[in-house]
Amino acid sequence: MSRGELPGAPPEKRRTPDGERTDQGIPVEGVDRQTHEPRRAVLSALVKHEPGVLAEVSGLFSRRQYNIESLTVGETIDDSLARMTIVVEESRPNIDQVKKQLAKRIPVISVRELEEAVQRELVIVKVDGDSPDQVNAITEMYDGQTLDAGPRSITVEITGDEQRIDAAIDAYRQFGIRELTRTGYAALARGEKPTAQVSEPNQAPTEAQVKTETIADD
Amino acid sequence: MDRTAQQQPPTAQHDPPESDTSASQAEPSESDGVETGADAVVAALEAAGVDDLFGVQGGAIMPVYDALYDHDELNHVTMAHEQGAAHAADAYGIVTGEPGVCLATSGPGATNLVTGLADASMDSDPVLALTGQVPTDFVGSDAFQETDTTGVTQPITKHNSFAQDPDTVGDAVGTAWALANDGRQGPTLVDLPKDVSLAETTSEPDSPETPDTYSPPTEADEVVVRAATEALEATQRPVILAGGGVIKGEACDRLRSFAREYEIPVVTTMPGLGSFPEDDPLSMGMAGMHGTGYANLALANCDFLLGVGTRFDDRLTGGVETFAPEAEVAHVDIDPAEMSKNIFADYPLVGDARRVLDQLDDAIATGPDLTEWHETCKRWVETYPLEYEMPDSDPLKPEYVVETADAVTPEETIVTTGVGQHQMWACLFWEYTEPRTWVSSHGLGTMGYGLPAAIGAKVAAPETEVVCFEGDGSLLMTIQSLSVAVRENLDITVVVLNNEAIGMVRQWQDGFFEGRHMASEYGWVPEFDTLAEAFGARGFRIDEAEDVEATLTAAHEYDGPAVVDAHIDPEENVYPMVPSGGDNARFALNDEQLEGLE
Ligand SMILES: Cc1ncc(C[n+]2csc(CCOP(=O)(O)OP(=O)(O)O)c2C)c(N)n1
Repeated sequence: MSRGELPGAPPEKRRTPDGERTDQGIPVEGVDRQTHEPRRAVLSALVKHEPGVLAEVSGLFSRRQYNIESLTVGETIDDSLARMTIVVEESRPNIDQVKKQLAKRIPVISVRELEEAVQRELVIVKVDGDSPDQVNAITEMYDGQTLDAGPRSITVEITGDEQRIDAAIDAYRQFGIRELTRTGYAALARGEKPTAQVSEPNQAPTEAQVKTETIADD
Repeated sequence: MDRTAQQQPPTAQHDPPESDTSASQAEPSESDGVETGADAVVAALEAAGVDDLFGVQGGAIMPVYDALYDHDELNHVTMAHEQGAAHAADAYGIVTGEPGVCLATSGPGATNLVTGLADASMDSDPVLALTGQVPTDFVGSDAFQETDTTGVTQPITKHNSFAQDPDTVGDAVGTAWALANDGRQGPTLVDLPKDVSLAETTSEPDSPETPDTYSPPTEADEVVVRAATEALEATQRPVILAGGGVIKGEACDRLRSFAREYEIPVVTTMPGLGSFPEDDPLSMGMAGMHGTGYANLALANCDFLLGVGTRFDDRLTGGVETFAPEAEVAHVDIDPAEMSKNIFADYPLVGDARRVLDQLDDAIATGPDLTEWHETCKRWVETYPLEYEMPDSDPLKPEYVVETADAVTPEETIVTTGVGQHQMWACLFWEYTEPRTWVSSHGLGTMGYGLPAAIGAKVAAPETEVVCFEGDGSLLMTIQSLSVAVRENLDITVVVLNNEAIGMVRQWQDGFFEGRHMASEYGWVPEFDTLAEAFGARGFRIDEAEDVEATLTAAHEYDGPAVVDAHIDPEENVYPMVPSGGDNARFALNDEQLEGLE
């Protein structure tokens, strides 16, 4: 079953699928076709505020085996809509797929990857109440708030990005952390750039759009 | 045999429902106007132009059936099992191009639909399922026949919804119908709590519409189109791979004229059978695990692959590293998520197949000169013809049965199949020339699909011959549907390629499990001809090659459901075969070669 003599240019002279192309299909010299190194992507999805949407989106992630770091959901100024902020850690082709698979679900109105985002997470930490002054000092240092203080435990709140929250938790460790809860990221696009919007439903983003977004941040 | 075709209207259920937890029972309406949620559901079906329904009655869906009582223009086919209702609706959707509708009650009725919905989802077949649900107040209480139907079916539907309001339930049904039909087709479901169906409303549904936020792409990016055509113009070995999306997108004529204009060889996927006529000199047949040798060689050696309406399923591609290794891939699909999902698309052409082919055609200045490529392809066709041992051989060869059935039936005959070896023989040895004549379970591979699908196909196209190829194992999974074919007096011919085994499994055990036949040989199967007679159908049996033509002709001419039990060579295996994950260019033509490939 040999391939026999084939017409045309020899294999090494042919254009092959290897190598990056622009969305116009033009080869880009010296770039690998797909980067399989996982990276973190913050996605914002505007969805219909109706029952079952959260299950639909989280189900999508589990059944397609996408690695989800955090998912938050909440109301928007429009009662009928909710915004989800989803942080995934995946390879580039998978992030492309995540966006397209998300956009494909009917209640999902628009999906954006936020390359430049203002993003915040909130943590509530309950620590032992033995050294209230020291605890307060740390809370002040991280611009946090004391939510509840008693003789045996103190509960504080910190907001910030991931590093800041990690650092704060580390700092509280010395007092003995009884329990804590983190919310996961909420995010909006920085500056003039819109976050996912109704006015530009990308129920069916063209491949060119999807690619431009990812290429831009490499 | 007394088997008159009684077209009885659905009769009112006088038995008490299994669980009458509803607060009030609405008076059956005599008028045409909408008085209840159930009326609104029926009005929505009418507004969508639905003619036929497939379903099974039951407590929670009874109000909807009751509303159907006054609508003789809606033909309801009472099925024997909800799985069959879903498959029948699926086949109906394939044959007509518009959603087939199935109905089931809550709980077990809905869960019985699941296999059929998963099947429709994998194959992007348009299906609308309406399920009864326990009354809203009981939802979440583990009430009698309560199942979280929207939860269970969420991953296997394009969209589903839970109706909450009698005033909007009609529109919810219309939207679900439109979503099943538009863009990339697929199954949708509306779960109808009994109280919502019974509640009063006069709200007439609008004609079906998709939500504003749903906008399937139409035209591909012009820049990509130009880049793709430039590449195509410069190729020497292009191939078109026509998938099921060509048929679903009504792009067969466009694809045919495109291929003929530039004389590009055409390979089809399994769902793409019929998109391009197999008697055309440019046709290279079906590719994939059990594709023709020449189709697979064409894919393996092409330098440009234009995939249209295909999702590059693993049974088609084999190992992705060895799939069309030298080709640049231009991928036309209406679903952006298919781009570079399985096979990297050098030229992603997201849009409607027909429209994008127009765009490509407009952009091509001069097609490539393919004289040499045609000669190479021709050589492959001659070197690796589809072959089997002579028809007069004993025991009977299944390939011969399929070929003869093709010969004794009209050109536009619809073929449905179960899943297994018989399905592959039906792909390879029947010549498909027209779209919507091949109705099968591709992505899910659902045994038992064939018979209920034949029912759906026949209801969709009463004037067209329908032949169903089934395996003995596969047919046993849905044989209860035969009662429906008899009751509805559907003129279908079921050909059982009976090897007294679940042959495809036996073939894999021979190839990959050292011939250890665990749970694959029945040793005993029912007499399908006498079983058919017991159902009230005509039964035939074939043991000898010399009887094949006469018996198949008689079965085909019989006006009603006929079952032909063809006892075939139990040792016969399907070839060519590319082992799972293998290189399409390395296919086995017999058992020895398969061993060599391992
Ligand atoms: C519902 C279901 N169960 C199991 C399988 C696995 N399976 C695939 S082919 C096959 C054998 C089919 O046997 P038969 O219907 O007799 O057809 P044959 O292969 O002998 O033509 C089996 C068990 C399947 N595809 N679907």
